[in-house]
Amino acid sequence: MAPDLPATSARPSRWELAWRQSDYWLTVYRRTWRGSVITSFLTPLFYVLAMGVLLGGFIQVAPERLEGATSYLAFVAPGLVAAQSMQLVVGEVTYPVMGMVKWNRIAFGMTATPLGPADVVNAHLGFLVFRLATVSGVFLAVLAPFGVLTSPAGAVGAFLTQILVGLAFATPIYGLSAGLRNEAAFALVFRLGIIPMFLFSGAFFPVGNLSPALETLARLTPLWHGVDLTRMFTLGTLEAGPALVHLGYLLAMAGLGYLWVVRRLTRRLGD
Amino acid sequence: MISAVGLRKAFGDFEAVRGIDVEVRRGEAFGFLGPNGAGKSSTMRMIAAVSPVTSGSLRILGRDPAEDGPAIRARLGVCPQEDTLDTELTVRDNLVVYGRYFGIPRSEVARRADELLEFVQLAERGKAKVESLSGGMKRRLTIARSLINRPDLLLLDEPTTGLDPQARHVLWDRLFRLKQQGVTLVLTTHYMDEAEQLCDRLVVMDKGLIVAEGSPLELIRGHSTREVAELRFGVGEHEALAAKVEDLGERVEVLPDRLLVYSDDGEEVIARVHERGLSPVAVLVRRSTLEDVFLRLTGRTLVD
Amino acid sequence: MATVPGVAQPRPTPSALAATRILLYRNYLSYRAAWYIFLTGFLEPVFYLFSIGVGVGRLIDSFEFNGETIGYAAFVAPGMLAASAMNGAVLDSTFNFFFKLKFEKLYDQILATPMSTLDVARGELAWSLLRGGIYSFGFLGVMAGMGLVSSWWAVLALPATLLVGFAFAGAAMALTTYMRSWQDFEYVSLATMPMFLFSATFFPVTAFPGVLRWLVEATPLYRSVVLCRELTTGALSWDSAVSVVYLVAMGVVGLLVARRRLDALLLT
Repeated sequence: MAPDLPATSARPSRWELAWRQSDYWLTVYRRTWRGSVITSFLTPLFYVLAMGVLLGGFIQVAPERLEGATSYLAFVAPGLVAAQSMQLVVGEVTYPVMGMVKWNRIAFGMTATPLGPADVVNAHLGFLVFRLATVSGVFLAVLAPFGVLTSPAGAVGAFLTQILVGLAFATPIYGLSAGLRNEAAFALVFRLGIIPMFLFSGAFFPVGNLSPALETLARLTPLWHGVDLTRMFTLGTLEAGPALVHLGYLLAMAGLGYLWVVRRLTRRLGD
Repeated sequence: MISAVGLRKAFGDFEAVRGIDVEVRRGEAFGFLGPNGAGKSSTMRMIAAVSPVTSGSLRILGRDPAEDGPAIRARLGVCPQEDTLDTELTVRDNLVVYGRYFGIPRSEVARRADELLEFVQLAERGKAKVESLSGGMKRRLTIARSLINRPDLLLLDEPTTGLDPQARHVLWDRLFRLKQQGVTLVLTTHYMDEAEQLCDRLVVMDKGLIVAEGSPLELIRGHSTREVAELRFGVGEHEALAAKVEDLGERVEVLPDRLLVYSDDGEEVIARVHERGLSPVAVLVRRSTLEDVFLRLTGRTLVD
Repeated sequence: MATVPGVAQPRPTPSALAATRILLYRNYLSYRAAWYIFLTGFLEPVFYLFSIGVGVGRLIDSFEFNGETIGYAAFVAPGMLAASAMNGAVLDSTFNFFFKLKFEKLYDQILATPMSTLDVARGELAWSLLRGGIYSFGFLGVMAGMGLVSSWWAVLALPATLLVGFAFAGAAMALTTYMRSWQDFEYVSLATMPMFLFSATFFPVTAFPGVLRWLVEATPLYRSVVLCRELTTGALSWDSAVSVVYLVAMGVVGLLVARRRLDALLLT
């Protein structure tokens, strides 16, 4: 009897398999973009106005106390850009991922087709890159008239940094979500991880204002690396050494996180 | 189409499937019958090439799922036990988006989606949200979705569980038509009537093992009598009365609410019961079903 | 008179107090398993206080408030106190309330018993206030420990936060009964988020010019912040009296609307 499937069937490439989910993500985006306008675009802008412009109006200190920024607005703006990248992806890879593996179980439906767990992750990350690019692109464009971007090249560098910051947070937390049975843990991720990082990792004030122990801790967080790299680009104070450290840290996190999430999702979808 | 030898699946210490041999041929409708927890769904998920085999060999469409998962899944239609529909998309978008996962061009997938909505009688609900569908409609949509890639092999895990009788008949009718079109069907069920209606051949599973195999008729002939007399007595009397009717049939089963006397002539049994001065509250003579086969093989009922 | 066994005699409906107690107990049970969520809920305003009040505060000298000069942390702290009372109440009365109303169908279940819609509204409100009160108490303790409280009036800040919670919970509960899907909750953040940032929480209202300033002064969070700040600093003015009237009215109206709407939604 002839075999049911030909012995050699051309295997679609990883890109092709990820691209097949473009319709899915497009449909999701069409449904949710309206709601995301407030959290992705308005919230960061309001923070810039409240903290940078209005509160900043009460802050008159020398640039050396603001890591070289000539105004508090110029100091806080890159911090808010990087923090926004973090919050954007964390929002996308917590409850939505839980939904895909637990509530509506869409990921199970996806992998009943030629797609595998890695393809699901790839497409999802692709969607995040799109979200990061649009959100931080718009954010940086809005900041430009405030005069907080010192050079076009710096703006591009800051923009690319956001993709990296986003992926560095996305992959490990996606991995966490993929294997999680109970979503209550997310409350802890936000309350003990994301919010403290948002507030203490150098976005709002120089980490040097913290006590030495807390300062060291802050310098170990991924957000600090993201904030500092973004700030170097927007202030035009790029230094090769520290920049490479930031880059290496964020790349390692994104890469290791990726390996972990593929493994965790494969296991979750396999039982 | 499917060939399994010594197939096992373990989750930690728990062995859901404990070594089964299965052979499914092209064009047939094959069933896994058994109660909840018999290992049917685990078996189905291994066949669907999404759950790794713990040990034993499994070939689907002549290929090893561990190596050729994507190629196998490209030819499968899967209708899981729990609906995995996207509840936030419209009915039609569920089909279109799913079809795209197979790499089917957009225009083609749109055409098929309309065809399939027609086929499962949901054409006028295309723009509705999935949330607004009834249980039966969701099930039909899941089946339509599983057909979007024109599969050679359709896997249905408990296709009609939780549906009302009318919805079940609509669904069975659709599955019949697919079978006539030459689609190989593999389904699990814990409803014996469903197995009898749809399956050419089936295996009875219990506690992770296959306890019998054959066509529904073969199984009934081999493991039960032609007819069954059901006797209902007062509450609590069944256990005691079983001994008094034991010799009237080949076998007697005591259920909480009735006695089952297995015999080729049920009317005869009833007559003899009355001759002995016993007066059941209710009597019924019926043909043997797979339920009886299961009771015989495992000592338990299918649906409890 | 013979009684049928197994059929209870008609019982009077539970008193308002008993009904509230039952709902409080139910919520306590549901939270007990996730005690760490209860515990960590306290942290957010504290983090904000340390970050903005202390960290950013090092870059700011001091503000003048009602004629008194106060440090930046002492300025921000009552703002966070009021804002967290708002956030907690809004979260309970929108997101959690909607989940129970539309998804968990908890209230359908409760109303199949002698309990009434008013019992439900009152019970949920009581829970929200209890939770908020515990957080406020803790936060005031932190403020006192950091030396950010400068008057005995501060004792009244605790009941003030309960009033803030009552006002926001009542209004939010009423709005929630009009919500159709989760998407509608974006409007909630559209209201609370700008209030959190602009209602004189982080900087004096004098930062706003003319009309904008009036607008800010009319927001419920501004009224709440001013009330808390006047109490913790002891620099009281008629503003606080305005705030109290404003917040009481907001809560009462909200609760009445919520009750009417619940009757319409659940008792059909």
